[in-house]
Amino acid sequence: MAQEVPGRSMQKASAVSEVHIVWLTAGLSCDGDSVSVTAAEQPSIEDVVMGAIPGIPKVHLHNPVLAYEVGDDFMKFFYDAEQGKLDPFVFVVEGSIPNEEIKREGYWAAQGTDEKTGQPITTCEWIDRLSPKALAVVAIGTCATYGGIHAMAGNPTGAMGLADYLGWDWRSKAGIPIVNVPGCPVQPDNFMETVLYLLYQAAGRAPMIPLDDKLRPTWLFGKTVHEGCDRAGYYEQSDFTEEYGSSKCLVKIGCWGPVVNCNVTKRGWMRGVGGCPNVGGICIACTMPGFPDKFMPFMDEPPGASLSTVSNKAYGAIIRALRGITNDTVNKEPKWRHPGPYLNTGYRPPAHM
Amino acid sequence: MATTAQPQAETPVKKRNLVDMHWDPITRIVGSLGIFTKIDFDNREVAECYSTSSIFRGYSIFMKGKDPRDSHFITSRICGICGDNHATCAVYTQNMAFGVKTPPLGEWIVNLGEAAEYMFDHNIFQDNLVGVDFCEQMMKETNPAVFDKATKTAAPHASVHGYRTIGDIMRALNPFTGEFYRETLSVSRLTREMFCLMEGRHVHPSTLYPGGVGTVATVQVFTDYLVRLMKYVEFMKKVVPLHDDLFDFFYEALPGYEKVGQRRVLLGCWGAFNDPDACDYEYRHMGDWGRSMFVTPGVIVDGKLVTNDLIDINLGIRILLGSSYYEDWEQNCETFVRTDPAGNPVDKRHPWNQSTIPKPQKRDFNGRYTWVMSPRWFDKRTGDYLPLDTGGGPIARLWSTALSGLVDIGYVKATGNSVKISFPKTATLPETEFEWKIPQWSNAIERDRARTYFQAYAAACALYFVERALKELHSGNTKTWAEFAVPQDAIGCGFHEAVRGVLSHHLVIRDGKIANYHPYPPTPWNASPRDVYGTPGPYEDAIQNTPIFEENGPDKFKGIDIMRAVRSFDPCLPCGVHMYLGEGKVLETRHSPMFGVQR
Repeated sequence: MAQEVPGRSMQKASAVSEVHIVWLTAGLSCDGDSVSVTAAEQPSIEDVVMGAIPGIPKVHLHNPVLAYEVGDDFMKFFYDAEQGKLDPFVFVVEGSIPNEEIKREGYWAAQGTDEKTGQPITTCEWIDRLSPKALAVVAIGTCATYGGIHAMAGNPTGAMGLADYLGWDWRSKAGIPIVNVPGCPVQPDNFMETVLYLLYQAAGRAPMIPLDDKLRPTWLFGKTVHEGCDRAGYYEQSDFTEEYGSSKCLVKIGCWGPVVNCNVTKRGWMRGVGGCPNVGGICIACTMPGFPDKFMPFMDEPPGASLSTVSNKAYGAIIRALRGITNDTVNKEPKWRHPGPYLNTGYRPPAHM
Repeated sequence: MATTAQPQAETPVKKRNLVDMHWDPITRIVGSLGIFTKIDFDNREVAECYSTSSIFRGYSIFMKGKDPRDSHFITSRICGICGDNHATCAVYTQNMAFGVKTPPLGEWIVNLGEAAEYMFDHNIFQDNLVGVDFCEQMMKETNPAVFDKATKTAAPHASVHGYRTIGDIMRALNPFTGEFYRETLSVSRLTREMFCLMEGRHVHPSTLYPGGVGTVATVQVFTDYLVRLMKYVEFMKKVVPLHDDLFDFFYEALPGYEKVGQRRVLLGCWGAFNDPDACDYEYRHMGDWGRSMFVTPGVIVDGKLVTNDLIDINLGIRILLGSSYYEDWEQNCETFVRTDPAGNPVDKRHPWNQSTIPKPQKRDFNGRYTWVMSPRWFDKRTGDYLPLDTGGGPIARLWSTALSGLVDIGYVKATGNSVKISFPKTATLPETEFEWKIPQWSNAIERDRARTYFQAYAAACALYFVERALKELHSGNTKTWAEFAVPQDAIGCGFHEAVRGVLSHHLVIRDGKIANYHPYPPTPWNASPRDVYGTPGPYEDAIQNTPIFEENGPDKFKGIDIMRAVRSFDPCLPCGVHMYLGEGKVLETRHSPMFGVQR
């Protein structure tokens, strides 16, 4: 055995030499998370794929938006993963999970064709086949994590998040819970950094990924938008704008920042450029389990904002306690996001049939 | 070609050996698309093609009853690469319905954001997704003889772009290892930063609102944008000649390549970049302010401009079924809008009057096989329901703008048969002018070529928009947003160009809530299936009768010519194209290449 060289631990061999990333974009999605990730630079996709970061295993990425292969050549990776030939692999799921049990036939979402029946293979079927074989399962974006836009009240597909589908207590064969990286779309670096962490964990260089009770990496989602916002000074001075386009605090015109877990105000969108309330966009809470229903209509003042904006000169602890209650509420998904053979989103087909 | 409402006369039935091949999913696009074909390897052509989409989400359904101010936030989520085009189109729609006009500085900011989106999106699609179909690795697998020739063919513009031979360009396009591939990825981030400066975040913007933008208009925001823009302009001075070299080589190396993905010239463009001097968002004036856009709307049939009036364009839209998994709405559902605000009758099959009723079912290529509907444009001159395509966006935009000959802003000039693009001096390259001329064909290569030219067009427009925005700022006109009230009852529509082509939103408000909302992005137009009259959609039509130039036989067939044809449309179905590899199933069939009415 080679002698340990101090200070050069990254040069030691990884616990695993190669990891595949099998990425299913066939949830109810817009592919916006895949596209968003091409914007990441900390690290970038090419940093990871080309081994520009020390100490990570060799990575083989299988994502349909970027893949060289087409059709069955691409699907081979999915079949190989199912048969245990791509081991280990990280399974990334993008898009809301539709409820295929609420209708008699057909499909809401699918990828690939079943050779025997000639029918599409549903997204749910792929999740059932691949999740038990994966080293870790990562839900990317708010659709896959909590249901998101497509799980809005009145939706016909019964859409839900991955943890609603697999169960919140689900563990991978390596004992890793589902890892949720929400955001609509995901903040590019937040996702790539989470992947990097999991690669280090797979390489034996990092302990179990720290996640909160909504399965989010704690270092990314432990603070609120407001706590990182450069407009918080206006808030402190009770200087609120009633108009879009102002550089003052946006809480009175729809910003949910005080109760939303997200780091965009700190991290910006790309290389520190852009974001939400820091650049004039109200926080519509797109990272949250309660998104979008609990925050609509988005452009109205959030309930509770008037209380906390009036009393912000009072004792801070009261504010924190009040916000804690709201934060708990918006950290819960609406009750219609669930598996099972019934739909209670409020959807009614037009009455003419 | 079967482009009219009339069933085609059967072409003489001939006996052919057809091989079933499908690709599912088609990768390197956005969304899920499957392409199912029958290929005649003896005659080296595609005989039949079906395009299918495997995802349904139901926006028009779950938007009902919601606050109309939320529609741009919601519809942005339709698309993960051009979500901002939806958000922008939704804002145009809200503005019309709410009766509010974005202040000029706000409008220039939106235009700068949308220009950055075109610069980013065409760039990453062209050279990280489509480009792989032209890269060394792919060429060696599909056409080794052509690659060999490429390595011996000098690139005519080598002195500008730095790649000595066509083979060198192909090598630079290899995924991840190719130099130009990586440069593109990196430039795609620069342009997205420009986007974020104007619209907050990419792909779902944070700073767009009905009535304007929340972007804080300071000198700094425009400086940050302009500095990046000039780097992109320098990049484009190399990229346009690089692509001309690559695409011209295909015509030269593979005679007949113009037939790949070729279809009749049936193009639609709904116009982009509102001019705040002209646009008041009033429906009755929409024809006029539509013609003042910096990309001119138009319907082009067989190379001729049929109309550039947005009211005509609007009234001609029809949503047909035929092969899609939905119940029809024509007989039994509500008619929301009987006449438009100008008093013209509105058809029951128009998006304002559509009701979406999903009916999931088994996929049957002789019946219903996709979640995509069949938008068509009713040509009142002939009574045809035209399956217009967008050619992935740029070819239709440039063609329409060129034919109308209206745009003249210094950096861009439409001449009646071409579009001239003028770039100022940049760090290392002198003033440069490009001219896009109306091509002979609407085919795969010309769709791809137009994409590169439109990247330059968008950059040139952005130079103009920065000047106009700074002029507002310097004059003290810093307002970017105007207040509005949501009416109890109103209708609105918005017309825009998503990156890959025509985009319309139609909204009906009742009791202050959304009563009906139907967005029509480019992909339903392009990826539509056979409609009730049996007319195939544009992908199907363009792929059917595409000749096969790939050197492989059925056993190793990659379908590269089909892939180039499909990807030239820049598919964006947040839905995939199937191609069956493997041995394929050999059918002996008597086949008439075109379909009549199916039921």
